[in-house]
Amino acid sequence: MSDRRPLLAMQQVTQAYSLPRTALFSPPGSFTVLDSIDFDVCAGEAVGLVGESGAGKTTLTRILTGMERPQSGQVMFDGTDIWAAGPAARANFRRSVQMVLQNPRSSLDPRMRVGTALLEPMRSLRIEGDHVKRLHEVLDQVGLDSSALERFPHEFSGGQLQRIAIARALMPNPRVLVADEPVSALDVSIQAQVLNLLKDLVRDLNLGLVFIAHDLSVVAYTTSRVSVIAAGRIVEVGQPVELFTRPSAPQTKNLVDAVLTVESGLSGAAL
Amino acid sequence: MTTAPAIEVKNLIVGYEDLNAVRGVSFSVPAGGRMGLVGESGSGKSMTALALMGLLPSGWQARGEVLHDGVNLVTQSDKALSSRRGKTISMVFQDPMSSLNPVRRVGDQIADVIHRHSDVSRREAMRQAIDLMVQMNLPRPEQLARSYPHQISGGQKQRIMIAMALACYPQLIIADEPTTALDVTVQKQVLRLLNAATRERNSALLMITHDLPVIAAMCDTVAVMYAGRIVEYGPVQEVFRNPRHHYTRGLLDSQPTMDNIALDGTSRLVSIPGMVPPLQRLPSGCAFHPRCPAATDKCRAEMPELAANGAACWHPVGATAAVEA
Repeated sequence: MSDRRPLLAMQQVTQAYSLPRTALFSPPGSFTVLDSIDFDVCAGEAVGLVGESGAGKTTLTRILTGMERPQSGQVMFDGTDIWAAGPAARANFRRSVQMVLQNPRSSLDPRMRVGTALLEPMRSLRIEGDHVKRLHEVLDQVGLDSSALERFPHEFSGGQLQRIAIARALMPNPRVLVADEPVSALDVSIQAQVLNLLKDLVRDLNLGLVFIAHDLSVVAYTTSRVSVIAAGRIVEVGQPVELFTRPSAPQTKNLVDAVLTVESGLSGAAL
Repeated sequence: MTTAPAIEVKNLIVGYEDLNAVRGVSFSVPAGGRMGLVGESGSGKSMTALALMGLLPSGWQARGEVLHDGVNLVTQSDKALSSRRGKTISMVFQDPMSSLNPVRRVGDQIADVIHRHSDVSRREAMRQAIDLMVQMNLPRPEQLARSYPHQISGGQKQRIMIAMALACYPQLIIADEPTTALDVTVQKQVLRLLNAATRERNSALLMITHDLPVIAAMCDTVAVMYAGRIVEYGPVQEVFRNPRHHYTRGLLDSQPTMDNIALDGTSRLVSIPGMVPPLQRLPSGCAFHPRCPAATDKCRAEMPELAANGAACWHPVGATAAVEA
């Protein structure tokens, strides 16, 4: 994989949390959440991350988006180590890496009009200027009408709200989008709408997409490369369909075995 | 079969003031049978379950007939219902975190159910509770029984919930999204347990979920709900292999599976256009018509009833294909 030119990369990241003492004079224990993790994404590429809960997916995204500083290892954006770089490079990084969360009903403020919510990142990232044109641009990109700007979140369905959350993430013109379970709170019939949108954005805007989900087929559909994380280590990386049809690591096999499909259910082989 | 069904629902309507979330639903689950009720959020499936249990939120009213154990549950008093809940009919809720009592040991919570509904001592109830925990494959049951809910994992909590639901050998267990809050790897274990335990006791199972694969794995019959009505009803094998309603077809098509994904990433997932209509603004005629590829003027004007082919549709899937061809 030497020809990859990652836009955002984690190199040998290790993160451990200390545990409370078990006895008054015992040394505090520690729990390694991430253990020498290498993970990266290129422009115009969608990469997936799968693993059981507690495997370290959330901590990985927190470090990848700069919300947490790794205890050892580097986070490289566009060739510079963000934790060693100056404030200008750090500000650039913060604008360029945006997140989409699982549940838009809780990630959007119910008392804030959509237009105001979309302007929030510009305010908090201190991006100057007139953003009205940008507002209409991002709404168009996610396939929503400009009339949405004046409305409140409760007036939208789950699928529309997730589009709004994606629009908000797109406002500062990011180069990488990190989406943590972006469709698991949505109904099956509209999941596809959001997945197709994310795929289009990767292609049209040359975005890097980090896609985290528990549903393996959703990951296989959305991404072209997937990493399997288990107990804080990346155990396998590869093309998703190939990886999930012929898993080699036991942890991947575990995940694959847990998948239920309509077909396996009907044939009585599921349970 | 001479035995009465575990539950028989006739023209159930559940509403709040003049807004109906469930608009005339009929189905029956035979004794020891297993039915799936599938639908998206807002389809009325959870309200149907709550009406069956007599647990509707205040202000909500149920009308129609829910026949179970020789009585119509809809007309029963709260007191009569509460002596029934957990005994002849019980429920497993979606989120074990919020449905277990956080300040009571889990073993005591199971024993409570047994103690309440059967004539046994506390000590015997506790013995049975631990026995149930063994059946649920819970590790070190004696020790675990003394834990509080926050000390055990989500999968373990859901197994405690299932143990509570099974405790009194109910005729019917209603499971509302029992595995949605669990990790995928745990989901299968829990389903397997629920499957085996209900079969062993010959309890009927009503499985409520949006997850089609779960229904396919667990149930014999399925009812597909949309906007408060059953739009398709029949044996799982028939409905899922050969759906007649365009909504069922759409739901099945929007399931991503490994087989329909192209390796070069060019595949597109099918989605049902539009969204589930809010109760206040239900479309006229067939509520699905604005999202339906086969909708005609008749669909906009008249509401179809469930037909002999199991679908409530004027232009069922097989028939329209014949017209187009």
